[in-house]
Amino acid sequence: MPVAVDRDAVQRLLAEEAAQLVEVLPAKEFGEEHLAGAINIPLKQLDERAQGELDRERPVIVYCNDYQ
Amino acid sequence: MGFPHVYDYVAGKKSWGSYGLPREGTKVPERTAGDAAHRDVPTCTLDERLADVRERVRAAEWDTCIVINDQRVVLGRLGRKALAPDTDESIAEAMSPGPSTVRPSIGTDALLERIRSRNLTSYLVTTPDGRLVGLVFRNELE
Repeated sequence: MPVAVDRDAVQRLLAEEAAQLVEVLPAKEFGEEHLAGAINIPLKQLDERAQGELDRERPVIVYCNDYQ
Repeated sequence: MGFPHVYDYVAGKKSWGSYGLPREGTKVPERTAGDAAHRDVPTCTLDERLADVRERVRAAEWDTCIVINDQRVVLGRLGRKALAPDTDESIAEAMSPGPSTVRPSIGTDALLERIRSRNLTSYLVTTPDGRLVGLVFRNELE
């Protein structure tokens, strides 16, 4: 179960632990706007693609549009 | 996912952008209010003496001062009129409370439209929780 984090924690994880940012929205929305440095893995594909595209040794931060 | 360290940034990208944090994408404005804001605008707190603030603002060659609390939340603004005369008013009495603000993420084109429609010369930029980012000048956007 992911741990909820705030903006400050995201910035710390990025700066200090080389965290991987993953936007879980559809590709079109990702293309329009995403956090700088994020990659796009739509939620339905996350389990299937995570192993091949993400580094298990680094924190992963998932996000979408807002509180949903 | 089966990964050991997974976090959920629950506030999401709308919140991230509204704080002026870095974004990419086809709909992200090339230049934003956060980019254009002068972050060195003079500030003061309610407990200061107006005369001291007036002197400090003039020495810095500004003609406005933003009133903030200890969390940098904007409370009001001291304009030319409030700073010009020698009065005994308190900061709270002299300031214009609750000025209009925009978020750092708004594009400068949209901000300029808003400034023009309200016939203003500058606009305050704050975070969603009201903390001062800076001041944008109309003449620098036109």
